Amino acid sequence: MRQLCKGNVAIVKGAVLAGCRSFYGYPITPASEIAEYAALLIPEVGGTFLQAESEVSAINMVYGASSAGMRVMSASSGPGLSLMQEGISYIAGAELPCVIVDVVRGGPGLGNIAPEQSDYFCVVKGGGHGCYRNLVLAPSSVQEMFDLTVLAFDLADRYRNPVVIMTDGYVGQMMEPLDIQLRKIEAPEKDWAVKGTAETKKNLITSIFLEPDVLEAHVNKLEAKYQLAQELETRCEEYLTEDADVLLVGFGIVSRVLRSTVDQLRAQGLKAGLFRPIMLWPFPSRELRKAVQHVKSVMVVELNTGMMLEDVKLALNGTVPVEFYGRTGGNVPAAEEITAQVFARMSALV
Amino acid sequence: MNGYEVIHEKSPAFYDLYERKGELQQQTHYCPGCGHGIVHKLIAEALTDLGLQDRTILVSPVGCSVFAYYYFDVGNVQVAHGRAPAAATALKRSHPESIVMAYQGDGDLAAIGTAEIVHAANRGENISVFFVNNSVYGMTGGQMAPTSLMGEVTTTSPWGRRASNEGLPLHVCELLAALETPTYIERVALNDMKNIMKAKRAVKKALEIQKNGGGFSLVEILSPCPTIMKMDPVVARKWVGEALVKAFPLGVFRDHKPDLPAGPKIPVKTVAQALEVEESVPEIASPRRHHTRDLTVKIAGFGGQGILLMGQLLAEMGLREHMEVSWLPSYGPEMRSGSAHCHVSLSHERIGSPLISQPEVLIAMNELSLLKFAPSVVSGGLVLYNHTKLPAGFSVPQARVVCVPASEIADRLGSAKVANVVMLAALLEETECLPTESAIAVLEATVKNPKLLELDRQAMKAGRDYVDTEIEVGAVSQPDGYSY
Repeated sequence: MRQLCKGNVAIVKGAVLAGCRSFYGYPITPASEIAEYAALLIPEVGGTFLQAESEVSAINMVYGASSAGMRVMSASSGPGLSLMQEGISYIAGAELPCVIVDVVRGGPGLGNIAPEQSDYFCVVKGGGHGCYRNLVLAPSSVQEMFDLTVLAFDLADRYRNPVVIMTDGYVGQMMEPLDIQLRKIEAPEKDWAVKGTAETKKNLITSIFLEPDVLEAHVNKLEAKYQLAQELETRCEEYLTEDADVLLVGFGIVSRVLRSTVDQLRAQGLKAGLFRPIMLWPFPSRELRKAVQHVKSVMVVELNTGMMLEDVKLALNGTVPVEFYGRTGGNVPAAEEITAQVFARMSALV
Repeated sequence: MNGYEVIHEKSPAFYDLYERKGELQQQTHYCPGCGHGIVHKLIAEALTDLGLQDRTILVSPVGCSVFAYYYFDVGNVQVAHGRAPAAATALKRSHPESIVMAYQGDGDLAAIGTAEIVHAANRGENISVFFVNNSVYGMTGGQMAPTSLMGEVTTTSPWGRRASNEGLPLHVCELLAALETPTYIERVALNDMKNIMKAKRAVKKALEIQKNGGGFSLVEILSPCPTIMKMDPVVARKWVGEALVKAFPLGVFRDHKPDLPAGPKIPVKTVAQALEVEESVPEIASPRRHHTRDLTVKIAGFGGQGILLMGQLLAEMGLREHMEVSWLPSYGPEMRSGSAHCHVSLSHERIGSPLISQPEVLIAMNELSLLKFAPSVVSGGLVLYNHTKLPAGFSVPQARVVCVPASEIADRLGSAKVANVVMLAALLEETECLPTESAIAVLEATVKNPKLLELDRQAMKAGRDYVDTEIEVGAVSQPDGYSY
């Protein structure tokens, strides 16, 4: 049965269904709603919600709960994500699973609280130190906020790695129908966790490896996981790409606007299509290369100054011309605005 | 020795061989004369005495004791610099039956980790913190610590610690004793056998308190660092007894379980209840497609006029009719300036952009919204305006304007609050985008107060009647601002 649900709420509901019973966070607009809803829901189903003294503490509580074998999550936004970076690096280094939501706001610095996608580098390229990756999901609807949260916990456990859900204030604040298929979700047995029992006494959670060869072997082990993820976990969605001359590429809220843009462009006689990465890392490079086979030009649209643009260019490696249109400061372009941009660049695009 | 128990064997809480260490698996990595070895021994013996070894989780810090997990045959978690109390908090809350120890040095606890220790103590976390204070950063090579003494020469205070530059030594026990929630705080020293025995009792007591669910305890242990201090181990120990103890007085700073008020009881819910899968407005069994139509609506007005709620009700109604719907509020600073708007899309197809820059319908609940958004309405669209007439000199040439004095009508019904429902009814009557039954069903499902529900029913009828009787079919707005 469908319910009208807000995106931020759908994330918490997805976490509850996925068996997450630990939430450690710190308030920040526009992510606070997730903490607020978690504060309500997680204790009701027998879990722990704790508002930490800072994002630094919150991410280290996540580290502790994950070490203990719990399915655990936190949510924050730009400045808070920056503070969490050291902890996220430790979590990746210690091979701990966790889910972190970044409801991206305008930056840099205090910026503003309106939607941007300017945390792409910080989240997708890994804002912390060392050779690690985040698996990054970019939902674009309330249903996906729910479904991808459930998936995020699964991926986190499968790869023993942080998974970031990168979204924005629009998808977070938006209400749409949400269809919840109730089911029992069992987290995998975590025999590596430290639970304060005789059976788990032998276990050690750490990210320190003093010997160069030992650390290198560890880094290689992590890298092998990331290679596997690149093989198996790319996710994307295409809309009217088969006969497209112009391919629009965007994620999250932008992909919703681009869907309308494609309709507008087609109504005006231009064969446009949409390529939407659902996972930002691993980036669906293979799928993108396939999608552009008969395309004359690509236009990337982001709420930043061109971040995913780099991944698109890397994937296409100069085979197709790539245009870019970005807005920042919380300005989300309307479909009409992007349509006008496409026509303004028609000579370059087609 | 009188009154002392002499122990000749290694505690079973230590590994037989320190395999994680790599080389030299029978000795520790600590320097000769270092206090950490003694503290480790006291903890291990207390764990054995209390029978806690299997249940214990040791949280190792960053500092010389980063490798404490080489030695303790317990569950081990190594954490980031200063964050042991945060990680310990979550470990303990995840497994309340476990015994969680945070082992920290002075840089870790009293510099980078001050926030974490203060708040863990203030929450009264049922953990035991062992705080080894040797007045200097050991592992990084002898830099100043927050607990360095006045005049103490370190690599980063080459002329000696100066109050004018680095302030005075930080007294952690005294600081934490200002909080009401900790159960047990004591400062001990490793300068002689008598004090080491006192330290042993303090360590054991802290663990015993945790075992009994007694709350937060911290034992600060003044400890020698002969290598960094460039002292002979015996001299370093003597220095602890003289200089360190003088600056950091030994003693018990707190020793009683706080009487904390029991909080409210949290309701227990099943997952299905928490996810509200059965509570939403039921969708009708067989929707009739021609009774609904695709529509994009922008609703704008003052905060407090029920703008956002009006949009949500409209979206709920669409959902009930098996439509795709989206509701997107204005949010952020705008909401604080007193104006609010939201976008609602009703569609039989998957909805692209939830942002509506050119709505088919604008519901303007105040003049400001009308002036601001009416020009964006699509050609042939509709504007519903909360007034009897358009402002003088204002027209909307491209769209039909229907003036509905919703606030006036609501006032007459007895509550200004239902102006939004009056307007919603006007929208349904004017556009026929959704059947009335759905509107009533949604109101019945969402409005729990029977009095208010009755008022909403009246508002729904009044809004419809107004459009039905007062507004002419096919009327268009005229430049003089009136609808005919």
